Amino acid sequence: LPQTRRGKPRLSKYYRAYTDDEKHKVEGEIHRLVTGRDSKFTNFVEFRQHKLIYRRYAGLFFTLCVDTSDNELSLFESIHLFVEVLDQFFGNVCELDLVFNFYKVYMILDEFFLAGEVQETSKQTILRRVQELDRLE
Amino acid sequence: FPTRSRQGSSPPASSSLARWPMSIRLRELIRNVRACKTQADERACIQKECAAIRTAFKEENNELRHRNVAKLLFIHMLGYPTHWGQMECLKLVAGLKFPEKRIGYLGLMILLDERQEVLMLVENSLKVDLHNENQYIAGLAMCSLANIASAEICRDLSPEIETLMGNSNPYIRKKACICALRILQKNPELAENYTDKVASVLNDRNHGVLLTGTKLMFEMTRLDANTVPELRAQVPTLVRVLKNLVLSGYAPEHDINGITDPFLQVSVLKLLRVLGAGSAECSDQMNDILAQVATNTESSKNVGNAILYECVQTIVSIEAESGLRVLAINILGRFLMNRDNNIRYVALNTLVKVVATDINAVQRHRNTIVDCLKDPDVSLRRRALELIYVLVNESNVQALVEEMVGYLHVVEAEYKEDLVTKICTVTDKYAADKRWRVDTIIKTLTMSGAYVSDDLASSLISLISKSPEIQAYTTCKLHEALSAELHTVAQTLVQVGVWCLGEYADLLQSGAGDEHLTPQQVLDILDKVLHDVTTTVTTKEHVLNALVKCAARYSGQADAQARIGSLLQPFTTSIGLELQQRSIEYSRLFSREDIKAGVLERMPALEKKQKPADAMRAAGGRAAQSNGGAAAAPQQPA
Repeated sequence: LPQTRRGKPRLSKYYRAYTDDEKHKVEGEIHRLVTGRDSKFTNFVEFRQHKLIYRRYAGLFFTLCVDTSDNELSLFESIHLFVEVLDQFFGNVCELDLVFNFYKVYMILDEFFLAGEVQETSKQTILRRVQELDRLE
Repeated sequence: FPTRSRQGSSPPASSSLARWPMSIRLRELIRNVRACKTQADERACIQKECAAIRTAFKEENNELRHRNVAKLLFIHMLGYPTHWGQMECLKLVAGLKFPEKRIGYLGLMILLDERQEVLMLVENSLKVDLHNENQYIAGLAMCSLANIASAEICRDLSPEIETLMGNSNPYIRKKACICALRILQKNPELAENYTDKVASVLNDRNHGVLLTGTKLMFEMTRLDANTVPELRAQVPTLVRVLKNLVLSGYAPEHDINGITDPFLQVSVLKLLRVLGAGSAECSDQMNDILAQVATNTESSKNVGNAILYECVQTIVSIEAESGLRVLAINILGRFLMNRDNNIRYVALNTLVKVVATDINAVQRHRNTIVDCLKDPDVSLRRRALELIYVLVNESNVQALVEEMVGYLHVVEAEYKEDLVTKICTVTDKYAADKRWRVDTIIKTLTMSGAYVSDDLASSLISLISKSPEIQAYTTCKLHEALSAELHTVAQTLVQVGVWCLGEYADLLQSGAGDEHLTPQQVLDILDKVLHDVTTTVTTKEHVLNALVKCAARYSGQADAQARIGSLLQPFTTSIGLELQQRSIEYSRLFSREDIKAGVLERMPALEKKQKPADAMRAAGGRAAQSNGGAAAAPQQPA
């Protein structure tokens, strides 16, 4: 089940129930695992009974934690799509944008992933939706 | 003045001012926290804000509640406890305006999960909101349902979702499908309600709905395999959808790097995989489109490769015709040569599944796979090892096992035991040359220290006892191994070594092996093992057995006999019961020339099932029985 998280957790979303303590522990472990890897290594790591798929953008890591049966390459692309949406929404997004507007980022995330699955693949559709939601604020 | 009465005795001048600083904007809070230089500063800042928020909640201020909850969520993200704010989220959800509901639902999703009972209170709000005219509010409700609803809430709201799947708005339909997915995950028995709905979803034009629909179908098959035959009827529709995607021209809405909606393609391929497996008829229907996807998809970018990967996985799982399978394996071969580590990883992963049926095709790529074993990337190494293990056969066993033993040096501790077992298993199964087998196993055991399971000892011993030609050689080698510092040698190896010395040491006396071992040398080693601090009690028991066997083997040599006697003697008063018993019995056995030879005869070839410990105890048992006789004998007239 996907769980997005950024290095020194800026934002995390869990699609399965965990206690807060468990979440912190898991996040710490993942962070150590992911930041310790060389950039030439694969973007996929085994982690407990799951797989981690991560991608680095400047100072942030975007990590998905999924079942071992999911298609890694496809999810790797979905990370990129998500980042592109963020970029277009905030206009040249940077880390501070994500920090100050975390609830908006959650909103975008919810338009993209739902219950752990990708629900929409058209960048335009997601953007349009999110911009409308923003206007309602 | 009305404000003053609420605040108690605070002076009027500051009362109106006192309210505003308490309710700062979210951005300010974030800025304040970021400006804190130390952990203590941050804690103080947060505590102050929490106090302010608590007061604000108590005052039941409706307008600012959502701002306060937003701040609360930020505080939660930093790691501070915030459960006291949960009820406020509920109030927000019950509010009328969109911003309130939005923060309310978001708060629920972040602060709560399905196990909390507080969630039950939200059910009614969810129900009402699902049917709200405003599609965004309905969307919010569905979002929360899909992400955190418990099994009971899912069951209660299932009828609502069923209706919504037929809603005219594709946005709603799309989310309803995902909600259905979660509902089924929590309550698989409701699947019947959704089977016909999901079929109609596949005829939808909207990609989002199609995507979620295919995922829903996939989940249905995953939860209950009995749905598969029913859903197979949808294969033609799915094939048509895929065809449209592949053949369509440039579609800006869903284009990614030149390919139309790769996510949907992948999802359909995955579904086809499940439906085609086990059904030749269905697989037939898919043949053409799979071949088309496999040949026409651009593989220069990652998206193309993602689709090819899924396609290959599908081809190898269904009843595909051989031409198609060859195509798939060739794609995997191309992947293996790719410079991108991700692609290689994925290829290795898939090859493991293919090997069962098309092993010859995979053998062609053996060298590339072996290279991956030496790659600096851990993920690649692990995958390569799995694959190599499956590829071993009679012709390549020596080369591949050497690679595996080389890998033993670098592998992490948690995988060592597994690797050792693997090496020994394949060596046993495929090696023709027994000497080489023994060498390899001894080398492996020497290198792997504590990571060896006891089964290995028994299989090694069984091998040795069955092959008289290598007994001398093996004993030689083991003697060498034991001459080293004992704490570096695995206990298993020590036990096997000691056992062999006991059984076959006399062979070496006559120089049958490459070395010539005198009885004194043998006894030296046994002595050393017996008195070394790292030797376990079990090993000591084995040594005692070996000593008494030596007594029989070296029957002509008085100094050897004397030494054996002196080695056994201290253990007659040992605290360990087994050690004491054995040493006493064996000492008795010494003097019984008549039965000694018979009892201590060489062991027959051992079958693998019998563990050496049991076999030895059986031999010791026989000795004990006759000792019982021997012990009784002195009482009879000699």
